[in-house]
Amino acid sequence: MNDSNWLRRVLFVLLLGFGELAAAQANLRIDTPAVAALRASMRENHKQLAPLYASGAVGLTRDGNIGLRDANLVPLAQRAEVNGLIAQANQDRGALYREIARANGRPEWENDIRATFAQRWIERAQPGWYYQNTSGAWVRK
Amino acid sequence: MHRGGRSVVTALLGCGALCACVTINIYFPAAAAERAADRIIEEVWQLQPDSAKPPAGKPAGPQ
Repeated sequence: MNDSNWLRRVLFVLLLGFGELAAAQANLRIDTPAVAALRASMRENHKQLAPLYASGAVGLTRDGNIGLRDANLVPLAQRAEVNGLIAQANQDRGALYREIARANGRPEWENDIRATFAQRWIERAQPGWYYQNTSGAWVRK
Repeated sequence: MHRGGRSVVTALLGCGALCACVTINIYFPAAAAERAADRIIEEVWQLQPDSAKPPAGKPAGPQ
């Protein structure tokens, strides 16, 4: 093996290293069919949830889900329906965090992704909506 | 360059590459995750893209 050959190999390895580094800084994949289906489902679900956030009946939990904050704000006849909406939303959210981790080949990132979403949902929530602070108390934004 | 020097450099580079791989594997790309989260939240909640104030610019976040 001569010197130029050796140098070529070293350069090749360095390039591979930079390539990997660049890949790690790039965007997370969110374009799989499973993620697209969950996004569509959540968008539909949100049409019914929006007034419940606004009234304060439902709030954003600190763990990236949503929860019933004040059942008294929901007429008795609608409570079962609202509970179903919340259950559906949380099922979608759990599946979304899991799917994004899986789509990126890192199932162990699920909890990190959930924590990131938890923070971003609250950050992007509209004024007047309720969210849970880090100690679990409901706060009006 | 001598053969001995070459193999030492190769070995060092190898160790560096291995460490880099291990580091990348355990590293969670928080900024990329925030961007991904924002894109999905904007779609689900039908919001305008929040490009004016990047997420990293806020010190404390909620609360």
